[in-house]
Amino acid sequence: MSNDTRTNRRAQAGTTEPAWVRWTLIGVALAFIFLFLVLPLAAVFTEALRKGFGAYLEALKEPDAWAAIRLTLITAAVAVPLNLVFGVAAAWAIAKYEFRGKAFLTTLVDLPFSVSPVVAGLIYVLMFGAQGWFGPWLAAHDVKIIFAVPGIVLATVFVTFPFIARELIPLMQAQGNEEEQAAIVLGATGWQTFWYVTLPNIKWGLIYGVILCNARAMGEFGAVSVVSGHIRGQTNTMPLHVEILYNEYQSVAAFAVASLLALLALVTLVIKSVVEWRHEREMKAVAELPPERPLAATPVAGVAR
Amino acid sequence: MTAASISAPPLEGAAARRRPARRVLPGFNLTLGYTLLYLSLIVLIPLSALVFKTFTLSWADFWAAISGPRVMASYRLTFGASFFAALVNVFFGLLVAWVLVRYSFPGKKIIDALVDLPFALPTAVAGISLTALLAGNGWIGQYLEPHGIQLAFKPAGVVVALIFIGLPFVVRTVQPVLEDAEKELEEAATCLGATRWQTFTKVIFPSIAPALLTGFAMAFARAVGEYGSVIFIAGNMPMISEITPLIIIGKLEQYDYAGATAVAVVMLVISFILLLVINALQAWQRKRSGAPA
Repeated sequence: MSNDTRTNRRAQAGTTEPAWVRWTLIGVALAFIFLFLVLPLAAVFTEALRKGFGAYLEALKEPDAWAAIRLTLITAAVAVPLNLVFGVAAAWAIAKYEFRGKAFLTTLVDLPFSVSPVVAGLIYVLMFGAQGWFGPWLAAHDVKIIFAVPGIVLATVFVTFPFIARELIPLMQAQGNEEEQAAIVLGATGWQTFWYVTLPNIKWGLIYGVILCNARAMGEFGAVSVVSGHIRGQTNTMPLHVEILYNEYQSVAAFAVASLLALLALVTLVIKSVVEWRHEREMKAVAELPPERPLAATPVAGVAR
Repeated sequence: MTAASISAPPLEGAAARRRPARRVLPGFNLTLGYTLLYLSLIVLIPLSALVFKTFTLSWADFWAAISGPRVMASYRLTFGASFFAALVNVFFGLLVAWVLVRYSFPGKKIIDALVDLPFALPTAVAGISLTALLAGNGWIGQYLEPHGIQLAFKPAGVVVALIFIGLPFVVRTVQPVLEDAEKELEEAATCLGATRWQTFTKVIFPSIAPALLTGFAMAFARAVGEYGSVIFIAGNMPMISEITPLIIIGKLEQYDYAGATAVAVVMLVISFILLLVINALQAWQRKRSGAPA
């Protein structure tokens, strides 16, 4: 109802296009989306099921595939919490205080995004590899980092480093310090303030950052490929296992493992949309509150993206 | 009572307001210290290893490593394909953002969510599925091949993969700017007799141009470093379809650590420059959008 009147008014004001232009543009955009996003996604599942559901399950039951799944889960289980703690700490320091060099620090936090994954893997080889800085010492103490699980975890941590911090920093900056200051003034400790005041305010941003971080951690290919050594059953993550199977022309098996990763991507997108949707609804609810609570409405509005 | 006396200073004036605000919240030393420590351990020290490793090379060796004919061919492919893909993404990204913001059609929410697929889908998966689509017997390849168009295992395939990777960057930078655009300006333009196309080119486009440029730079920067999706579709022929990250991998596999590092430094410097450009563009964009409000 209100939508109709709005469109009418818009049309009268001449801020939209004739219907044929609108539908042509929508058609071209949808065709592009279909070609570049829908088809590749559909291809993963069709190729995986090409020889039937039995062959699909068979490919997933293979011990090497299991080992790859396990390693991917372990990697994400270590990398995501590490970057979560860092993200919250960095966002607290950057958003809640003023200090010199803040802009520079923010740029440094974003740095891993602009480094090629292959370079990200290489730097750890230069640090911990046989010829690296700590190589001889590690060899003497029989510690393996490169071509072993710790290297994979490190490379993954590097690649997913900024995800949570960059989600939280703008959110916490927009929310300001008033609520936390009030809590402290009323006698709360720092931790209490964080748990009961800050955390509820940033929870959607936090969930959002964690799922994106997790998706990248499980799907990282380039950086992990450099440090892994591709030892089957030991240092192969799921994306690396996909590569090996694919290069061995085991197409169905490769796409079967790939389909799990594609499912992960879909679940990530669904959670992300739900989080966005709930966040928007909360914003709307806050905005529609009667003016007796004006403070709640002002600092948080317009943070959605 | 005590609460009132502590909260009193903020009322006294702007100067007095800033300083207590800094002190009231605890945890500055802890969080900043941890941030710096973690940043140094994970990012800064390893990256400096790259720089120090380069210093072990003589200038002549360094130059030879980064300017061999095979490496030069890889720069041409990497930057050319990235540029072209980012250009395509600017056009279609703007179109998708426009359609999502301005029009309503069935399934819009799903399309909006789907735009982020390249962020969420592991690059290796994107690589093999695009290759399967474009290969001679694939869903798309089977229609192109009879017309002599071959995309898979050719440089053109690299562009396709990079378009996939870069699309959300343009859409997601342009979309919020279009959402915030002031309809009044367009109404005014129409009232003054502008056609819809004139309104778009003279009123709407200038206001979204900084965002488009930012999106272009982000898509380009991502494409330059991309590895996973490209290597499956490129065919990886030396001099023809070999990207720069693959050159690094190749040198590493031959235990040419110094050579790999030299090429990596070139890529790192280029990423730094792109990062600075993107930051400058975003600052410009903020200024542009902040000015009229």
